[in-house]
Amino acid sequence: MDTSTAAVSARPRIQTPVREGRNAGAVAPSELKAKLKINGLNFYYGGFHALKNITMDIPERKVTAFIGPSGCGKSTLLRTFNRMYALYPEQRAEGEILMDGDNLVTTRQDVSLIRAKIGMVFQKPTPFPMSIYDNIAFGVRLFESLSKREMDDRVEWALGRAAIWNEVKDKLSQSGQSLSGGQQQRLCIARCIAIKPEVLLLDEPCSALDPISTAKVEELIHELKSDYTVVIVTHNMQQAARVSDYTAYMYLGELIEYDVTDTIFIKPKKAATEDYITGRFG
Amino acid sequence: MSDSPGPRRLRAAPWVDTAFEWLTRFFAFLVFALLLAILASLVVGSQLTLEKYGFSFIWSSAWDPVKEEFGALVPIYGTLVTSLIAMLIGVPVSFGIALFLTELSPAWLKRPLGTAIELLAAIPSIIYGMWGLFVFAPLFQGHVQPLLIGSLGGVPFFGALFEGPPIGIGMLAAGLILSVMVIPFITAVMRDVFEIVPPMLKESAYGLGATTWEVVWRVVLPYTKVGVIGGIMLGLGRALGETMAVTFVIGNAHRLAVSLNAPGNSIASALANEFTEAVGDLYFSALIELGLILFLITTVVLALSKLLLLRLARNEGART
Repeated sequence: MDTSTAAVSARPRIQTPVREGRNAGAVAPSELKAKLKINGLNFYYGGFHALKNITMDIPERKVTAFIGPSGCGKSTLLRTFNRMYALYPEQRAEGEILMDGDNLVTTRQDVSLIRAKIGMVFQKPTPFPMSIYDNIAFGVRLFESLSKREMDDRVEWALGRAAIWNEVKDKLSQSGQSLSGGQQQRLCIARCIAIKPEVLLLDEPCSALDPISTAKVEELIHELKSDYTVVIVTHNMQQAARVSDYTAYMYLGELIEYDVTDTIFIKPKKAATEDYITGRFG
Repeated sequence: MSDSPGPRRLRAAPWVDTAFEWLTRFFAFLVFALLLAILASLVVGSQLTLEKYGFSFIWSSAWDPVKEEFGALVPIYGTLVTSLIAMLIGVPVSFGIALFLTELSPAWLKRPLGTAIELLAAIPSIIYGMWGLFVFAPLFQGHVQPLLIGSLGGVPFFGALFEGPPIGIGMLAAGLILSVMVIPFITAVMRDVFEIVPPMLKESAYGLGATTWEVVWRVVLPYTKVGVIGGIMLGLGRALGETMAVTFVIGNAHRLAVSLNAPGNSIASALANEFTEAVGDLYFSALIELGLILFLITTVVLALSKLLLLRLARNEGART
């Protein structure tokens, strides 16, 4: 045991099964190649200032988790990345979110193309009212015209990548809504992957799932990071500790601390973070 | 303390529950009883013509009260054609309005626009009829009909629909007035069902990069299909049975004409116009049979809409 663990054991800690050494040798997020560079980002719901001057880098092909109490702005921050807020006229963002050198806040790029590159999965499974096959093909058809055969392959690939192919391969023509909650959520992840995005945004993807489905989705997140930059919002600190490489703690619209996940959970630099992690607050 | 009496019932005796159950059951079955009673009285009332003409009543276009010869083809045709015109115009326009109200409209416009639509539904049909006859028909005659006749009248086959002199009133005018009348109904239902679509479902479609049109057409509409078809049926029901407004502008002529510019008749306006004049028993019976036919048409329309829903559900994939 190294000295950091010894120091930690002196404090009350929640029983978080952080895998020792998983983040060993991990470098600070700012030293990695950033997929998304967020600079001085402010966000407003009408007159309410929901995000205050957020600056952070989301590293490429890593899992970054946002944690914090309800209403702290985690989901809001996530929703700025794919301009979901643009659907609601009273919401606006100011500042910079750079992806490949393009500022997503002010870009003139077609918003559909941005959303195709930055996929999103929501708190509750949202299968479309169509067959399982069409749920996957829907998004693909928006951007590519594939032959029947290529589409079949793409659907199988996406469902396989989301670890649900074996469960649904015999009932692709059934309604997506006929699946169980956990299957539906993996279907939604498959639907996102099918259009080959670069970034996956997961907004509390397991909050409506049972523990077994949750475990499956978490395992999936682990596998997905080899190809995608994953950003996950979660209420569940154990989950953040289990799945993420980097963790950001947010409170009242501000980014309090952002570091390697093990650092956040074992020896956070700020007292506020420690209070939240240890359950003294929130 | 130990001999506390336990939970005691402070409410009325349990028989009230049973009585209430039977009361609601009675009301529910009253619907069946009424339906059967109406059907039975229509059949009994139209016995004379049913016996005399049989099914030929439906495809005979004769209507001569003096010689006592009756046939229902003209009013049936008029009813179906005017309702079809109303639906062809009303459904897409209502869909557009509902789409704008729920997806595109700025927040400050939603409420006044929604209220305006609801007010349109509250206007009595007699007002529509008077407006149609005194304001709409002359304008239609002077500006729209000559244009239609001039441009579409010469087209082979299709052109026959737009031939004849522009007289303002006629089946096309009635169909147009009807479309204005059904729009508020269909729009109100569509807007209400569009609004219950979970925002998250729409966001996940937007999140894949879908445009507003793609989201509404591929996700919102399938999700709300039962409500949307219900709204369209509500509008169609109104169009089929609308009496006053149609009577004012359809022309009330018992003549079978292909052209939509020609005056015609609908079942409801024939009934409204001629009941007071129906002197002979056979005449009266013919009118009652017209009512029976209208009743059957609406039943068939309703049945077809249920079939359509079943088909749609099958296309979407079975739910086990």
